[in-house]
Amino acid sequence: MQSLDFRPFRARHWRQLFTDVSHWEPNVTAVAAHPVSSSPPAGTGLLPSGEPWQLIDPAGQPVTEAGPLPPDPTLTELYRRMVIGRRFDAQATALTKQGRLAVYPSSHGQDACQVGGVLALREQDWLFPTYRDSVAIVTRGVDPVEVLSLLRGEWHCGYDPHQHRVAPQCTPLATNTLHAVGLAHAARLKDEDTVALVLLGDGATSEGDTHEALNFAAVWKAPVVFLLQNNGYAISVPLAKQTAAPSLAHKGIGYGIPGELIDGNDAAAVYTTVQAAVERAAGGQGPTLIEALTYRIEAHTNADDATRYRNSDEVAAWLARDPLTRLEAYLRSAGQLDDDGAGRLRAEAEQFAAVLRERMNADVPADPAELFAHVYAEPTAPLREQRDSLLAELRDAGEQR
Amino acid sequence: MTSTLDAATVTMAGALNTALADALAADQGVVVFGEDVGTLGGVFRVTDGLAARFGQDRVFDTPLAEAGIVGTAIGMAMNGLRPVVEMQFDAFAYPAFEQVTSHLAKLRNRTRGAVSLPIVVRIPYGGGIGGVEHHCDSSEAYYAHTPGLRVVTPASPADAYRLLRQSIDCPDPVIFLEPKRRYWSKETAQLEAGGPALDQAAVVKRGTDVTLISYGGTVATTLEAAAAAAEEGWDAEVIDLRSLSPVDDRTLTESVRRTGRAVVIHEAAGFCGYGAEIAARLSERCFHSLQAPVLRVTGFDIPYPAPALEGHHLPSTDRILDALARLQWDDEPDERWLDSGGAHA
Repeated sequence: MQSLDFRPFRARHWRQLFTDVSHWEPNVTAVAAHPVSSSPPAGTGLLPSGEPWQLIDPAGQPVTEAGPLPPDPTLTELYRRMVIGRRFDAQATALTKQGRLAVYPSSHGQDACQVGGVLALREQDWLFPTYRDSVAIVTRGVDPVEVLSLLRGEWHCGYDPHQHRVAPQCTPLATNTLHAVGLAHAARLKDEDTVALVLLGDGATSEGDTHEALNFAAVWKAPVVFLLQNNGYAISVPLAKQTAAPSLAHKGIGYGIPGELIDGNDAAAVYTTVQAAVERAAGGQGPTLIEALTYRIEAHTNADDATRYRNSDEVAAWLARDPLTRLEAYLRSAGQLDDDGAGRLRAEAEQFAAVLRERMNADVPADPAELFAHVYAEPTAPLREQRDSLLAELRDAGEQR
Repeated sequence: MTSTLDAATVTMAGALNTALADALAADQGVVVFGEDVGTLGGVFRVTDGLAARFGQDRVFDTPLAEAGIVGTAIGMAMNGLRPVVEMQFDAFAYPAFEQVTSHLAKLRNRTRGAVSLPIVVRIPYGGGIGGVEHHCDSSEAYYAHTPGLRVVTPASPADAYRLLRQSIDCPDPVIFLEPKRRYWSKETAQLEAGGPALDQAAVVKRGTDVTLISYGGTVATTLEAAAAAAEEGWDAEVIDLRSLSPVDDRTLTESVRRTGRAVVIHEAAGFCGYGAEIAARLSERCFHSLQAPVLRVTGFDIPYPAPALEGHHLPSTDRILDALARLQWDDEPDERWLDSGGAHA
């Protein structure tokens, strides 16, 4: 039997995070004093640390005891992509109000997970996102208009998954975890150096597929990384009604998977932890479960009313831990960013949003015949019959007009 | 590809085993996995010897989790493999239903054809083996109702070999339903992968008076009924559908327009069963040729019964002959059709 390191953890401390935020005040001293917090993120024990691991605190100060920061160019790029991502997110929400998007689930507040997780991937790795991970997909390099196809209400995901190695956004939550494990295991069988990063949330951990995926991944030692963005709510249901586990990262130990609990609003911590987990997976050491504590600032989607289930004090407390302000403060104090640089980044993000806005204002012609084209590799005889019947209907309607 | 075997006596389970072995040998991308398929060779021994021959990386046991098996197969196919997975029994496949209907069936369409999922989900199905509860379901209608899936079911060893080879080669996901009560039925045949298309039905007995339509486990029963009908003076044609989705309308309509009468036979419950679709299609397409309503002989609308009573549930030769007798041979309407509504009226 494997020897497990049952380090003390203060479960109460963070489990009450969302009902009473005073229990998780950013506390450099506590983080520094805790022996686990300064251990490597993808470490040897299976249990997570008691406190979320952090490299830069909400005030922008490096937590030097926790370990080395990623190099400055990496931090600058993390910041740049978060600024663009945040602007993209706001633009997408605006597009729902103009009727250009059917719906948009914002990831405002989860920016560090979206960007940090993706930038830690290598070219050959795969990303398995959900519907709340548009910013992650954009960060991966997929055309933002293509990313928004699904949310525009189109019948397809908008992009070729093989081009950037990004699976379609997953709507039935947790189901993508199994796809990631399968793809990763296939890579191992084919002797390919490919790691799969799957994004999931706190709600998805209650689904059976997540359980099966963690178990398959562990048994197969599949090169897969589970980045669990715990934003506190599954639509309206708070974490306390979702789980009785001391932390979601603690679930890893039951499968024989190391669990890491990190500050999900610290892009440096997310990047470093995911990168270490990717290296670990690529090195044949199997999967990692990373729980990143974060918060969804906006409602579930533009159609949701978050005031029905959470109060504004809670949102305000999380706004004070904004991932962008934090990294900006650090970069400024480190001399890596000044007003000019920040202005240039804002202008780049504005330009990104302007181009997106303009392109999204163009109507996309939809070809009814294509509804039948990709159901099977070749349309079957019954589908050809139905397609021809629809086209005849449209022809008749056209003639009558 | 054609197997080099000469004609020999083979069971359906043996033919399926040979098909898997030949597919594994022909294509390095083929992997076979599921519960107990490795060391044990499957509870029905369909994968017997494959792990030893092809190694644990290509034929392997999984944790006991059907959604996990289908879900990971999807990921593997996205990465270029051709998984052939086994659901141990019909009713044990239900945990995988979401992966099958929301992903396996739709991923090609959701990606405008960019992602192909050449996956075969093998499911032993149906009763007639004295199985205990949850081991005898006929679940074909659930799958056939789902666009994007092919649903295939063989009735003979030679068809089992050919249809499984073709299903593995097929770029579409295939739900491959194996009638478990015919696993040990024997046939002397040469196993060949070529031949008719995957979705082509077979006229397994020519006839002129009536078309009996069946698939999977009840084809043999239907052939017995056709033989008995000949003694009563009816020359019945028998069609084995082989592919439930897509369905071979051409073979069906050609036959029924010629015979003017049709009976659909399956052991699944009749209500919203697969036979309802066939009856509807025949009514729509062959109305002017029909001499009588299309009848169905099916299992009752009950959960699959215990072994002691399953004989009452399964379509029998007698029940098929009784349906034949009701097909308006003398222009006198069957009394049951004059009943104003039945028990619920």
